[in-house]
Amino acid sequence: MSDTMQVAENLVYKKPKTLLDVAMHYCPGCGHSTTHKILCEVIDELNIQSEVVGVAPVGCSVIAYNYLDIDMQEAPHGRASAVATGIKRVLPEKLVFSYQGDGDLAAIGTGETLHTCNRGENILIIFINNGIYGMTGGQMAPTTLENMKSTTTPFGRDVKKMGYPIKMTELVAHLPGTYYVTRQSVHTPANVRKTKAAIKKGFEYQRLNKGTCFIEVVSNCPSNWKMTPIDSNKWLVENMLPFYPLGDIKVPSKEEN
Amino acid sequence: MLEEIIIAGFGGQGVLSMGQILCYSGITENKEVSWMPSYGPEMRGGTANCITIISDEKISSPIIAEFDTAIVLNQPSLDKFEHSVKPGGVLLYDSTNIIKPPTRTDIKIYKLEASNEAAKMKNTKILNMIMLGAFLKIKPIIKFDNIIAGLKKVLPERYHHLLPLNEEAVKKGMELVKS
Amino acid sequence: MGELKLMKGNEALAEAAIRAGADAYFGYPITPQSEVLEYLANHAEKRTGMVILQAESEIAAINMIYGAGGTGKKVMTSSSSPGISLMQEGLSYIACSEIPCLLANVVRGGPGLGTIQPGQSDYLQATKGGGHGDYKLIVLAPASIQEMVDFVKLGFDLAFKYRNPVMILTDGVLGQMMEKVELFDQIPRSKEIPRWATVGKPPTRERNIMTSLNLQPEPMEKHNEHLQAKYREIEKNEVRVETIDCDGADYIFTAFGLTARICTKAAQLAKAKGIKVGLIRPITVYPFPYEAYAKYATKVKGFFDVEMNAGQMLEDVKLGVLGKAPVEFYGRMGGMIPTPEEVFKAFEEKFLGGKA
Repeated sequence: MSDTMQVAENLVYKKPKTLLDVAMHYCPGCGHSTTHKILCEVIDELNIQSEVVGVAPVGCSVIAYNYLDIDMQEAPHGRASAVATGIKRVLPEKLVFSYQGDGDLAAIGTGETLHTCNRGENILIIFINNGIYGMTGGQMAPTTLENMKSTTTPFGRDVKKMGYPIKMTELVAHLPGTYYVTRQSVHTPANVRKTKAAIKKGFEYQRLNKGTCFIEVVSNCPSNWKMTPIDSNKWLVENMLPFYPLGDIKVPSKEEN
Repeated sequence: MLEEIIIAGFGGQGVLSMGQILCYSGITENKEVSWMPSYGPEMRGGTANCITIISDEKISSPIIAEFDTAIVLNQPSLDKFEHSVKPGGVLLYDSTNIIKPPTRTDIKIYKLEASNEAAKMKNTKILNMIMLGAFLKIKPIIKFDNIIAGLKKVLPERYHHLLPLNEEAVKKGMELVKS
Repeated sequence: MGELKLMKGNEALAEAAIRAGADAYFGYPITPQSEVLEYLANHAEKRTGMVILQAESEIAAINMIYGAGGTGKKVMTSSSSPGISLMQEGLSYIACSEIPCLLANVVRGGPGLGTIQPGQSDYLQATKGGGHGDYKLIVLAPASIQEMVDFVKLGFDLAFKYRNPVMILTDGVLGQMMEKVELFDQIPRSKEIPRWATVGKPPTRERNIMTSLNLQPEPMEKHNEHLQAKYREIEKNEVRVETIDCDGADYIFTAFGLTARICTKAAQLAKAKGIKVGLIRPITVYPFPYEAYAKYATKVKGFFDVEMNAGQMLEDVKLGVLGKAPVEFYGRMGGMIPTPEEVFKAFEEKFLGGKA
């Protein structure tokens, strides 16, 4: 543990306290590890470890609770926001978040996602969008881009046959229950800082009972995109971001703040 | 005492509440009671019935096929339940809209022009209370005062100004049965 | 003596949930049990602060139960057959994660959308697991509105005692009919937080994780063994059964829930003809009272099982009797209810060659 290590005099970086000192199963270069880390940094900085309950989905982040030193629950595939609703409704004073991938949140769990946002549940939804099913081995996701290859779209996604990539974040922004909706990424240090700031806001707004906060993180999947981590980030910039542009989609009006 | 009753008619005629009033009144007299409605998808109209059982002993089956008494408010119910009355039992029906009267000779049949009487009292909704009064005259299983107490429980409070009219209707039903 | 009321079964379930100090109910409307949610929406929050939420589906409802139950709160849902089918995945997770909760299945005739009329055709689903994997619910089968009320309290007690989901397996008749009930006094909502609950990790303890996942088979088998040991314990401690006039009987009628009431009346018809008939009514259908059948298997001329299905409890009855006496079955399906007269006639045909 970092506590037992000698602390350098001019320490500029250390592992967040809430991030457990265990080897992660995520592939090298995957955005999940970075997002976990900044989530933990926010929990440390807001000093809310004892108030947070997280919900892990089914997908690559299914064992997120192995890395985060907080109380957590697992959810069946797609149901994380319903599980989070259950927790938040009986523990309204606590801070509840769900952490979900694109298959979980935007395919099998679309109904739960929309209705949770529509009820304006006071939770934070963190949505990792890498346009592919990671854990099951690279199948088409609801967010897979047009013409993008996956193991189930070996010739590229033909939107006439397989439908169009879905923009969940824009969709939920239309619902009156959402308060803060933004799309960020973790492919550069600058973007990491922006995503971290967004997560922080998400918890702060939750504390004020403002409604659902929804943060999409456009991410990569070096293994299933079949690229090096660096190439995958380049591909993300060239292909994902034009279709999933970064930035705030719904922000609190000035009068409210 | 064990009285097994079927009450049947069109939805809206008050057949279900008639059974409920008997049950509430039964409880006031420490009797065992059971009320089982037919239930269906219709919100309005259609036929409705309820099996109502009043007993001094614990009630076994709330579902029965033969009855001591059938209280019937329309033709389809008469067709359906005339033959479910136990031999020697009672069939009490509102004859106003009946074109095919009952034919059994092994049961006691009481016909009442209850709808016409209700119209004379200027409120067709008290038809069920007239029938209930008639039933209680034939089978005095529950005291009149307790019936009125049961009525108070079943009738929503916003209709409590109609209590005297309902009470009158029960009495009217009692009068109509010739002893 | 508690408060006496005339209540519909569904309303009695809801009233009992409030009085048992339940913290939350999540549900979705379906006939013939929608009165549960309606009653709670009307009365619960203002009386005890209980959380009531109409979910967007039964799938969402059971997962809200999963989440809220994981925080150690007393949580409940109810539905009817098709809705309970939708909840099976969630129930499997809940059972594996050992989260206490109470659910009621107000059964209607199936399969498919079936009918809104009553049925008992979810017996196997309820008692043998229902969803995927090796797990059990504790299943209580009330036969009266009074038991609907009492089993809410008992159900919560058992759920927390064993950290296991408990199901009240009832039907459309018991949901819709009215009977006299004695209500227990209000139990205050508990402020106690179980040690395993996910409520936010204080510095003083390890983090709590609610999960049914184990990617390694060795620990997953260990967890299965733990669950099985718990089920054996439940089977040892929690069998509940009612036997009426079985000593000295020539025949034993057997049925659960509403059908047991119908059989009681059928047995009276038999007794009026001088036939000695007893009744075995399983109150817990899991754990099943096999021994009650074994006890009389060598003493009677036969068992007569009556159900509103094609013969589901029949398998358990035969396991109890173990071939030591004939077991005959009479069932109605698709929402039809057998009458006492019809049950007696079927008994005459199967055991007495047509006439008593």
